[in-house]
Amino acid sequence: MTKKILAYVDQFHGKVQPSSWEGLGLAAAIAEDSGGETAALILGEGIQELAEEAIHHGADQVFLADDPVLKDFRPEPLADMVKKAAESFQPDLILFPSTTRGRTLAGMAAVDLNTGVMVDVIDLDWSGDEIVATRPIYAGKLLAKLVCSTTPEVITFRPRAFDKPEPDAGRSGTVTELEVALEPDAVATAIASIQEKDQGVNLSDASIIVSGGRGVALNPNLEAPADLDEEAADVWKAEKGFALVGDLADALGAAIGASRAAVDAGYIIYDHQVGQTGKVVSPDLYIACGISGAIQHLAGMRSSQVIVAINKDPDAPIFNFARFGLVGDLHAILPPLTEALKSYLDQ
Amino acid sequence: MKIIVCVKQVPDTAATMTVENGVISWGDAPLIINPWDEYAVEAALNLVADHGGDVTALCLGKEEETEAIKHALAMGADAAVMVSDPALKGVDNLSASKVLAAAIEKIGDADLVLFGQQSVDTDTGLLPVQVARVLGWPSLTLVSKIENVAADDGNIQVLRSMEEGGQVVDAPLPAVMSVTKDYGEPRYPSFMGIRKASKAEYPVWSLGDLGIEAPTSAVSWPEVMEPEEKEIITEIIPGDTPEEKAQNLVEKLIAEKVL
Repeated sequence: MTKKILAYVDQFHGKVQPSSWEGLGLAAAIAEDSGGETAALILGEGIQELAEEAIHHGADQVFLADDPVLKDFRPEPLADMVKKAAESFQPDLILFPSTTRGRTLAGMAAVDLNTGVMVDVIDLDWSGDEIVATRPIYAGKLLAKLVCSTTPEVITFRPRAFDKPEPDAGRSGTVTELEVALEPDAVATAIASIQEKDQGVNLSDASIIVSGGRGVALNPNLEAPADLDEEAADVWKAEKGFALVGDLADALGAAIGASRAAVDAGYIIYDHQVGQTGKVVSPDLYIACGISGAIQHLAGMRSSQVIVAINKDPDAPIFNFARFGLVGDLHAILPPLTEALKSYLDQ
Repeated sequence: MKIIVCVKQVPDTAATMTVENGVISWGDAPLIINPWDEYAVEAALNLVADHGGDVTALCLGKEEETEAIKHALAMGADAAVMVSDPALKGVDNLSASKVLAAAIEKIGDADLVLFGQQSVDTDTGLLPVQVARVLGWPSLTLVSKIENVAADDGNIQVLRSMEEGGQVVDAPLPAVMSVTKDYGEPRYPSFMGIRKASKAEYPVWSLGDLGIEAPTSAVSWPEVMEPEEKEIITEIIPGDTPEEKAQNLVEKLIAEKVL
């Protein structure tokens, strides 16, 4: 059956979340098999030049709304535009990356279009009469296959689950501007301020992750300043340990992860938590430093291609899931490991 | 302020999940309140402590799934409502959000509806978005900090997280909000709270009580399965010194084309 696929390009202040292009690649693959067509949807302010980029990544058509009302992340007016684009293009399938904004808009689109939504999809089979989506549940401890009986089907896909298409500067397509017709203050919410953070590498998009656990605070050769109490001394030591994790991550262009134990102990902020109550990730390489491997942590990272475990306890459960194990103190191993990788990567 | 906190019962996060004859099992692991919902209850209790009002825990589930409600009451919620109906078996997100929205309207006069950021079972995080959209209220997801509340003027200011950082958002009440772990540690239920919760009575509403028909769910799960176990042969990297181990690991990673 011919499929029309609308793929949402998630951007903030002109910067695209990289997984958006994976959605266009997926859309193009489905369209090619079904003789269908693809459209990209780009909403924001000052985003005209992204239209061409979307076409290069596989869109036949671009729906675009460029308006001050859509500048920051206010879900309500953005969702109104998703609905407008859906009514215009009449897609069978709408794809969103599983980012903060993507998930939000997918949920709202499903309400507005009175249809089902399937989130965090990691595999999609469109060969039969109905599209079968596979998604992890219980943070990946189990998998579920899902089908949806209404159209358009709304899907969010997990970053890195589908291939990123190579941009082809030779592709051409059409751009349709959507009329916004909303005054900036017609929207109930207002953005008072924005605190952009130093982003580093996003865990969900990272191909390499270096993570630290409770062990980062256990450097036997480090003495915390005497004026700190026990808890503060622990955090002080952990910060030094995480600096070593950070050095390795920098050398590899990796994102920094953490176990729940490390986050709960105040060693690092929650943004970095990997696991059942944190982020579920599946990088090509996951290096676990001083992480014993609680089931909640394993759930969040066990689908990584290659796991390296560094732990001084040879009986730590993490070793059962690791391709390579290094038994020893992470504080002794990380600095020479960083140096060895640097000299290899410099070659 | 009148606050409704939506809570859910889930298997303990330490549970080993299996599928037996197509049915999900968590063995003999305990059932608990969805850990993320505790942050929402904590936020609700702090808000009414500062601004007055009351907190109602709302749970959609089977009548015997009392763990989440009991925990919220033990933490200090003033009242609870359970929505339970055989027709809700296998309900999808959209339908669940319509049912919750109807329950929120029946409870009435809510200034704020709070959720945890997602549940640890199905992990969708969609309900705080979809309930808001059904009610036509602002959706404030992934709130890590409540900056300011002007309950009398009907406004709230919150810090929301997103990939690029945070956004401070002003929104009119009523609104729907989901709360992240960054909000702050939830309190432990007190002994008195646990005793009170164990004796608490609360209404159980059917769809008929809500005045709505059984919603038809668009999304179904024809199959659940355990992920294929990857066969992992763990290789312990040899070396007499950390330097040697580090060098050996790098060589292994290169040999297996990981780098």
